[in-house]
Amino acid sequence: MACFIVPAAEAAVTTIIQKAVKRSEANSDHESTDNKIRLSEKLKWLNGMLWGGSGLLAFEHLWHGEISPFFPFLTAANDPAETVKMLHEMATSGSAMAILVTAVWGVLAVAADKIIGSEKTEKSKAGAAA
Amino acid sequence: MTLLITMIAAAVSTVKWYTSSKARELKIGVLLYMFWGASLMWLVDGVVEYLEVGAEYFTPSAKDMLNDTFLGMAVIALALVVWIVYLLIKDPSDLLKETLLNKKDRS
Repeated sequence: MACFIVPAAEAAVTTIIQKAVKRSEANSDHESTDNKIRLSEKLKWLNGMLWGGSGLLAFEHLWHGEISPFFPFLTAANDPAETVKMLHEMATSGSAMAILVTAVWGVLAVAADKIIGSEKTEKSKAGAAA
Repeated sequence: MTLLITMIAAAVSTVKWYTSSKARELKIGVLLYMFWGASLMWLVDGVVEYLEVGAEYFTPSAKDMLNDTFLGMAVIALALVVWIVYLLIKDPSDLLKETLLNKKDRS
């Protein structure tokens, strides 16, 4: 009905956070992310998945006639009973979608740091042995 | 069916991204974001539907399957269009810029 709105709203928030983090990373002098990928870069992955996913889901809703080009844009919003169902779906499915995407991103971000960390350790070991 | 088609598209684009430096240069990562993001979201939809209807979820009617297949193809087409537009805007190899400059010089 309108479940894609929840991940889209999260995407809007994380995009603002990413811009702020990127600005603060550019301003900071020290290389705090020596063994890690920059947080702004990781947030870019999350933004990509959230915007991309909710965009394609919005298309699906348009396909099924659940979105209209006119106010109130969501066809379920025209009927109070349907609105309740829509809000319930947003709270359950929509939240679950946002949580799943964020959880997968979290695993990716940790795994990427581990890979970079192990690569650096191997390089320093090889340098010490030489 | 839409979930299945999108997941296959996500897997194919990931393999392409991993194996081809040319694909990475052509910003194929944009497709990865879209397909994996949508796949995860539709996976949630699928699980919710499975919890509601049970095993019936795996035996859709021919009409539903056809409509979902059509939707899956449309989703892939839309994602490809978004990727092409992004590619032309970013123009990583300056090809578009050079072509336009050549046209301007010739005229």
